[in-house]
Amino acid sequence: MRRQPLPAWADIILIPLINIALALLVAGVVITLIGENPFKAFAVMFQGAFGYAEGVGYTLYYATNFIFTGLAVAIAFHAMLFNIGGEGQAYIGGLGVALVLLAFDHVLPFWALLPLAIGAAMLFGAAWAAIPAYLQAYRGSHIVITTIMFNFIASNLMVYLLVNVFIVPGSMSPESRVFDPNAWLPTVHDFFARFGIDVAPSPLNLSFIIALIAGVLVWLFIWHTRWGYAIRTVGFSEPAAEYAGISTKKIIMITMLLSGALAGMAGINEIMGVQHKLLLDFVAGYGFTGIAVALMGRNHPLGIVLSSILFGALYQGGADLTFEMPNISREMVTAIQGFIILFSGALTYMSRPWLERLFGLFVRDTPTEEAPHGR
Amino acid sequence: MAPTSSDPTYAIDLRNISKSFGTVQANNHVNLKVEAGTIHGIVGENGAGKSTLMSILYGFYEADAGEIYIFGKRTAIRNSADSIAAGIGMVHQHFMLVENFTVLENVMLGAESGAMLAGSITDAAAELDRLEREFGLAVEKDALISDLPVGQLQRVEILKALYRGARILILDEPTGVLTPQETDQLFAILRSLREQGTTVIIITHKLREIMALTDHVSVMRQGEIVASRVTAETSREELAELMVGRKVRMTIDKAPAQPGEPLLQVTNLSLYDHYGVARLDRVSLEVRAGEIVGIAGVSGNGQSELLDLLSGILPPGEGEMLISGHTVTSAHPTNPEQVRSWRVAHVPEDRLKRGLVREFSAAESAILGYHTSPEYNGTLLTKPRAIIDHCRHLMEAFDVRPAHPSLKSANFSGGNQQKLILAREMDPSPKVLLVGQPTRGVDIGAIEFIHKQIVAMRDAGSAVLLVSGELDELMSLADRIVVMFEGRIVGEVAASEADEKILGLMMANAHTPDPTTSTEEVPA
Repeated sequence: MRRQPLPAWADIILIPLINIALALLVAGVVITLIGENPFKAFAVMFQGAFGYAEGVGYTLYYATNFIFTGLAVAIAFHAMLFNIGGEGQAYIGGLGVALVLLAFDHVLPFWALLPLAIGAAMLFGAAWAAIPAYLQAYRGSHIVITTIMFNFIASNLMVYLLVNVFIVPGSMSPESRVFDPNAWLPTVHDFFARFGIDVAPSPLNLSFIIALIAGVLVWLFIWHTRWGYAIRTVGFSEPAAEYAGISTKKIIMITMLLSGALAGMAGINEIMGVQHKLLLDFVAGYGFTGIAVALMGRNHPLGIVLSSILFGALYQGGADLTFEMPNISREMVTAIQGFIILFSGALTYMSRPWLERLFGLFVRDTPTEEAPHGR
Repeated sequence: MAPTSSDPTYAIDLRNISKSFGTVQANNHVNLKVEAGTIHGIVGENGAGKSTLMSILYGFYEADAGEIYIFGKRTAIRNSADSIAAGIGMVHQHFMLVENFTVLENVMLGAESGAMLAGSITDAAAELDRLEREFGLAVEKDALISDLPVGQLQRVEILKALYRGARILILDEPTGVLTPQETDQLFAILRSLREQGTTVIIITHKLREIMALTDHVSVMRQGEIVASRVTAETSREELAELMVGRKVRMTIDKAPAQPGEPLLQVTNLSLYDHYGVARLDRVSLEVRAGEIVGIAGVSGNGQSELLDLLSGILPPGEGEMLISGHTVTSAHPTNPEQVRSWRVAHVPEDRLKRGLVREFSAAESAILGYHTSPEYNGTLLTKPRAIIDHCRHLMEAFDVRPAHPSLKSANFSGGNQQKLILAREMDPSPKVLLVGQPTRGVDIGAIEFIHKQIVAMRDAGSAVLLVSGELDELMSLADRIVVMFEGRIVGEVAASEADEKILGLMMANAHTPDPTTSTEEVPA
């Protein structure tokens, strides 16, 4: 049967929607199997994510993390680098934030702490990406393998530091002390409270705005600077980069450092905005979800923001679902999220050939001035 | 009802074959009859639909409409297995052989006679002996593919097809990688195949070969067969005109060169690869302002490395280069960006991999290598307007069609891609122009234009170094031709004295132009 190349809108909007629908279909079957009504379950999830102010707050708070880790994956992907290490880079980024805040929270005012903390998050995240980047650029070790390894190293390093260094003497839980409230990022409900507007409390904070700004900056960087041009050249064709005098090694370093820095920014949201202390496993898989977010968002900042909100809604709606429908366990919710990640990440292009055939049925040939292609 | 058989004197009878890719009509109601036991040529520009038609015959694509008759029998070809079963064998432009297998193993690959290899090997060896006797196709059965020269590899491909029982052999651009002598040998093989009753279809854009080899020729243009001729009753000029759809000039008018100061000087330049093998071996060369020096040679004999060294892509090994007044040695290496700043332009051999980025818009490809220039950059951000305007200017100057700067580079035809690259490199009026394979895979109409532009650069005082696999191109464009063999320069001739035979012998290193130093018999 004849295939028709898909128009851009189908590629960007229709395919992700089909993927989500397929994921929900499979998830619905599973929910039916455990004896619950899938339509009711999805309604509860949607209500939980968008139905009330606190829910929306949580959705956007989760989305903040996904925007950072998604942008991190995307920027690396433009240089054809698959950065799987967002998890570790975000974790170490959070360490950088905590170090700055623990050192200066009683000394410096908030407006001085914020840039320092952001700088530390980016620096530490970048540093954690630097060794895999160096090994890829100058020694040819595959970035996927090394960044995965660095996730484990980060995890163990943090256990060691929290148990042996940051732990509050006499305490049983491996956590640092709580920062002085002076060093906390303002939450949205605090911000509105100043103007006498009552907004339901949620962890949503200033870092959401920072994430949106980061999205704009990444967009400008990739498509409107000579460095972004060089990154994309390397990503599309290394021989062309070589010919143009672009050093692939340098580009790998620059791209991975930026990618690590963006992932590290998730530490600002979690450590400075929400937890207000350093603790174990605060990254909670945001780094890995960033991969699915970037895939679904087609490595474009706008797409990443939208898919981050979708994933934020899944996290938040999923939490409400376990609460409302006790038959559906936390694991079940994780499974539903897993289906979405599977269909919109790993199986992104599964539906494309079918869709192309479908378009082939409906689109009639139009005469064209273009010369026919050989092959 | 459609008839299910036709005249069996036709090995292939295609009726009303149509195939479109999206909105592009690659084949439009193609009718083609190929007489059994003849050699039939198919010519056409790139994108005329030759390869699509052959791919339909070989089962890579299924036609949208039309019928295929093989030896008079209506045949449905849905995949290559159907095609092989119908007796069709294909020799691809790029060989499809397993490098670390022997000839015998490659021939029987996928056509083993049983699960155990020992039996297959005996059978295959016996069959190969028979084919060798019958067609005079001698190849050492136990040689590793990686040890064989390209001419031999092609024989292996032909043997593979015959081993699978091919009675119709399709060859797609078979001579692209061969020396003139190897080409002659191939033609001898094809003629003997014809004597034995095999039908041969050859796709090529080299009209000289069509005239020398084929019995019949069909011309394709824009997805259609526009003419079929008995080869003896047509001419190169007529075929070229049919291909392009208008009169084409086959030769270039150019005034004698007026060489000025040397702008490229290479002295004892050597380059060694990872294994310590010399890719370039004490090469010395000079190109002066206002002349075109051509480099002939079978591809892979050091021409690409020479271009890469001169353009700063590869770091020099031993020896010295003087590039546009700047000395480059291994102690004083350079890089492509710096070389460009010395007003050296480079049109790379591999257009699609290097010359542009297929995924980029034409405007983005049009600044490749010049993307850091202040012309296109502010302090932080690029200047999109300036980039688009520049691309528009290049497209206008070099007649790139369609003139849409935002169109993806991959969506231009080969000729237009090449014109865009040439425009980009020639626009800053460079002092030195390095050109690799300027017309490979480019339509005849565009070739004429590109040749004119290169000569115009010479006349404007640029030093031009031209690497080409097309001897015709070298002989008509260059003022002097040097020949490379295994990394060395083995000879030099003035273009006016060069002919195919001399160059061909030099390319195979069987000839030295100076009889006093010759150790071999020079054919008259």
